[in-house]
Amino acid sequence: MKIHEYQGKEILRKFGVATPRGKACFSVDEAAKAAEELGGKVWVVKAQIHAGGRGKGGGVKVAKSMDEVRQHAGQILGMQLKTHQTGPEGQKVRRLLVEEGADIKKELYLGMVVDRVTQKVCLMASSEGGMDIEEVAAHTPEKIHKVFVDPAKGLTDAEADDVARKIGVPDASVAQARSVLQGLYKAFWETDASLAEINPLILTGDGRVVALDAKMNFDSNALFRHEDIVAMRDLDEEDPAEIEASKFDLSYISLDGNIGCLVNGAGLAMATMDTIKLFGAEPANFLDVGGGATTEKVTEAFKLMLANPKVKGILVNIFGGIMKCDTIATGVVAAAKEVHLSVPLVVRMRGTNEDIGKQILKDSGLPIISASDMADAAQKIVAAVSGK
Amino acid sequence: MSILINKNTRVVTQGITGKTGQFHTKMSREYANGANCYVAGVNPKKAGESYEGIPIFASVKEAKQQTGVNTSVIYVPPPFAAAAIWEAVEAELDLVICITEGIPVRDMVEVKDKMRKAGSKTVLCGPNCPGIITPEEIKIGIMPGHIHMKGRIGVVSRSGTLTYEAVGQLSDLKLGQSTAVGIGGDPVNGLKHKEVLELFMNDPDTDAVIMIGEIGGSDEEAAAEWYAKECKNKKPVVGFIAGVTAPPGKRMGHAGAIISGGKGTAQEKLAVMEACGIKTTKNPAEMGKLLKSVL
Repeated sequence: MKIHEYQGKEILRKFGVATPRGKACFSVDEAAKAAEELGGKVWVVKAQIHAGGRGKGGGVKVAKSMDEVRQHAGQILGMQLKTHQTGPEGQKVRRLLVEEGADIKKELYLGMVVDRVTQKVCLMASSEGGMDIEEVAAHTPEKIHKVFVDPAKGLTDAEADDVARKIGVPDASVAQARSVLQGLYKAFWETDASLAEINPLILTGDGRVVALDAKMNFDSNALFRHEDIVAMRDLDEEDPAEIEASKFDLSYISLDGNIGCLVNGAGLAMATMDTIKLFGAEPANFLDVGGGATTEKVTEAFKLMLANPKVKGILVNIFGGIMKCDTIATGVVAAAKEVHLSVPLVVRMRGTNEDIGKQILKDSGLPIISASDMADAAQKIVAAVSGK
Repeated sequence: MSILINKNTRVVTQGITGKTGQFHTKMSREYANGANCYVAGVNPKKAGESYEGIPIFASVKEAKQQTGVNTSVIYVPPPFAAAAIWEAVEAELDLVICITEGIPVRDMVEVKDKMRKAGSKTVLCGPNCPGIITPEEIKIGIMPGHIHMKGRIGVVSRSGTLTYEAVGQLSDLKLGQSTAVGIGGDPVNGLKHKEVLELFMNDPDTDAVIMIGEIGGSDEEAAAEWYAKECKNKKPVVGFIAGVTAPPGKRMGHAGAIISGGKGTAQEKLAVMEACGIKTTKNPAEMGKLLKSVL
């Protein structure tokens, strides 16, 4: 699960990380009021969307007067902000963060993820702040310093101080950097984060260490123990189809192609998408109906796929194990009837009660194309969709 | 022979009183030598009771003392599953197979750290996996037993149904399996491809291996590089990686199936595997055929 920058900063402040003072705003008037309350002469108006690269896309602007605050807020609110992470259509901006301006002397980078090889939390720090860290990793990997944190001890004083010095924090500011580093680690650990990033972390003219940005993602498997974080979820930032799918315990991801696919199991679902591509078309979605698919679930899955106007055909690929093929076949027939299926449907079924399942499809009177294996199924749906 | 489990394995089910645990314990008991293999269940509140004739004990340790179990299978719900793993580790079992899906990553980081620090010899398989099967001897997990056939091909995979797909293709070609191991789709887990591959390389009754991976992490690369260095001419290995069409930054069903920071792509994994002498196919309908071609 993702949250906004201003929410990430709220969390970091609770763990003792210094951030600029700021306020989340939903209108131009609120933005102006926030700037007034913050005081000072310089403000930053920042678009709040769940994607990076906001500055380059025109979503972050510095204001040097109240008029400019209003002007920028007016421009940014409601815009379709396009960044390298939003896709070509961009993401509509509905929230702003108005912050006091900061006196930036140096920009640094901090990031945290769970490293799969060492199975520990990995702190990444670099003197190259404000840049895309993947670029830094590709061109100057020696400028990224890593610490693999012992989960029983947490990030120690010695580790924090050492990494702070390595990224160019002057001696006078090392103690502050330590509290930022340890605060970030605690925030990551205690909230069950899957990613935390401060880019840039800045050194100010007067030697303070401040998080100018905050990005946090959370482990969805751990949300059951974090009601406060669940409350931060912003459904406007998520794909409506994926939200709808989650209500029925379906794992669904929208893609760009025109062949819908319904599969049991995540690995098989990916393999089915790959096979569609192998035979010259593109999948419209990833959809795993899981192990315990019922007629209701299959019907909802069909509705979801067909709600996408791009879908010109559907491929169902089931390896029946514990879930029996006749159950799925009954579900497919019921779903096809309920949604008045009008696009070609290819079904490949294998496993327990395969023959009964195939007979159910045949007896349904529906124009369902049967396939013998995954490759045959993909070829048949690709041919049907391209009118061959 | 086989790897990890055989007809002499004795199993305790942790979570035997839940619906999933009961259903799969029943199915596993009905498979091959299962009636002799499944000898204990655990639930502290229901100690002294039994399920289908399987005695229930208060703890894994007690189950081990009373019945001599050496392996555990876990169906405990996600919030309590990591503690269940640790209980089995503390009881010094040989093998723990955790089927549970949805365990918080932090819980796994903690339990794996404790296992390393304790110098534990217990092997963990999973979590979020279908389990392990040695055909016609024993099935521990949720896979459909009847698609398997006894034989000399090893199967290792991060996915459930995709493993069944590979097994089904092999059985159709009359190529039986020595053991099929589902290592699971979580980012922080127990057995990795490399370790399972090593077991298969050292198993005199395995002639060749199908290794199935997916996007995310670098386990497949690590296994391929180890194979190239240590075992290249020993036994053939073929592979398939799911997720060529997966978009970056999206979790594809499995918690661990995500391309992050441009790393963990299917293309990258396939390239490393090929360079290390593992033949791969981009057509998952031909995994069995590909294996047959290298025998």
